[in-house]
Amino acid sequence: MTALPTQRLESWRYTDLRALNAMSFAEAPAASLPDGLPDIGVPRLVFVNGRFDEAASSALPFARNFAAVDEVSDLPLARINAEHAHDGVTLEIPDGVDAGVVLLVSYANGGALHPRHRVSLGAGAALTLLEVVKGDGVYWHNPVTDIVLAQGASLAHYRLQDESQEAFHLATIRATVAADAAYESFTAVMGAKLSRAEFHVELTGAKAHTHLNAAQLLGGSQHGDFTSVVRHKAPDCSSRQTVKSVLCDSARGVFQGRIEVERVAQKTDGYQMSQALLLSPTAEMDIKPELQIYADDVKCSHGATIGALDEEQVFYLRSRGIPEDTARSMLIRAFLTEALEPVTHEGAHALFEAAIETWWARK
Amino acid sequence: MLEIKNLSARIGDKEILRGVTLSVPDGEIHAIMGPNGAGKSTLSYVLSGRDGYEVTGGEAIYNGQDILALTPEARAAAGIFLAFQYPVELPGVGNANFMRTALNAVKRARGEAELDAVAFLKLARAALKKLSMQDDMLKRNVNVGFSGGEKKRNEVLQMALLQPGLAILDETDSGLDIDALKIVAEGVNALRSETFSALVITHYQRLLDYIVPDKVHVLAAGKIVRSGGPELALELEARGYAGLEAA
Repeated sequence: MTALPTQRLESWRYTDLRALNAMSFAEAPAASLPDGLPDIGVPRLVFVNGRFDEAASSALPFARNFAAVDEVSDLPLARINAEHAHDGVTLEIPDGVDAGVVLLVSYANGGALHPRHRVSLGAGAALTLLEVVKGDGVYWHNPVTDIVLAQGASLAHYRLQDESQEAFHLATIRATVAADAAYESFTAVMGAKLSRAEFHVELTGAKAHTHLNAAQLLGGSQHGDFTSVVRHKAPDCSSRQTVKSVLCDSARGVFQGRIEVERVAQKTDGYQMSQALLLSPTAEMDIKPELQIYADDVKCSHGATIGALDEEQVFYLRSRGIPEDTARSMLIRAFLTEALEPVTHEGAHALFEAAIETWWARK
Repeated sequence: MLEIKNLSARIGDKEILRGVTLSVPDGEIHAIMGPNGAGKSTLSYVLSGRDGYEVTGGEAIYNGQDILALTPEARAAAGIFLAFQYPVELPGVGNANFMRTALNAVKRARGEAELDAVAFLKLARAALKKLSMQDDMLKRNVNVGFSGGEKKRNEVLQMALLQPGLAILDETDSGLDIDALKIVAEGVNALRSETFSALVITHYQRLLDYIVPDKVHVLAAGKIVRSGGPELALELEARGYAGLEAA
């Protein structure tokens, strides 16, 4: 049995998992699907407490049966997931097929869930995967998603983490991106008492590209950690990361971003930006950018800003008759714009817009 | 009708306004001139409700309502519009969305019907045309990457859409070339009516060639030290502000 990582591990320095010790790692109880889960008129796959709900799901030609997990990494949470995983989505898109949009909905309301999702795209294939996670009450969701993109494939991966405010959400997303392939992702973090989204993206072929954007919207005593490791292992690859955090009350946001550029990865173009708006004096943001560059002809930049809303801008809007709360929400929405850029699908974009609005109204 | 009576205000410990008294009847345009540091911008900010200014005495009544007690948005709904000396850039906020949100907020507060996107665009395009502005102004982010002249024209566009009863123009002429100045002046003149009044704050007489005021007031060291007709502006232009504090 693998133990939970502690803060003595450098990669877990800012996120304390001790609260999980009191939780069972065991399977979640069976539960029924609540009403009102998202539906944007596209094929939908539904998981309830970690189990595939066939009746609520669409039949997809490229869905495969779940296969046993063989975990080779030393990532503690992926190992724990492997020890308990018994279900998950497996999508295999054949060469040259544009599989359109798939909505993956996960709902939970108790226990521990360790789904193992696998998505592989053949050469030149395309898919938009919109993931929405929701729940009620206390539970631990520990999903691992493994993504393999063959040459020229393109995956748009949008995630809305809207877990119960009492839940724990620790997601690991790993993607291998071959030559000319693109992994475009955006994660919105609003839910969970404690959450981490950990991305490991390997750019293994020339001109592979990734976008790893996120918006963390946290209040109360929520803790949200967005951690990414991008490995440039081939020449002419590009990676873009824009992570925006809006923190209210005593919420705490973390961004750890590492870009590794191997010796062979000449002409790498890497960009990383982390910006946080602190809307309360007790909110906290921790940012740790890391660049490890072994090639000599690369363009890599990173930046970080932490600040408050510009009161001059708030006044300008109010002087035009816009109520203060609306003015602040407009400026926050504007702050998030750049992070949402990879979300080109209209239905998905509208879903995120609505979620951001709902968040602002309830914060 | 705007009535300012013995208005005093400070920033921190610094007294800026020391008893300003002034009335602007409906249908009139008054100019406020004065040297740097006289309190011209402070007066415009106190009237529009910006944070950071403490009113220590006096009152400002607009159409019978004590405006100093109102939030900035309530003042806008009451018909007060401030054209900023330095219009604020809003990256990520589209100009059209901004102006429609503002217009509808004001309409809502006044109990009027709101405009949908189509009706708003029609209205905005007509206003743009009058101000010799390009349609793409609406698609850009508010004031981001605008030239000084474009920013001021954008202020006038907002004013044209919001149709205020009282416009306060805070050194709108600063940094404008003569063509932009004329467009801004035309924008103000187009609003002239029996129910519109304006306070035109300026350091120079030049703007007043194009927006001819009914009255000119001189603000110095936080007080109105002289009032007169349009000829007072010409006199100031010729003689400067020196010695006015003593007058």
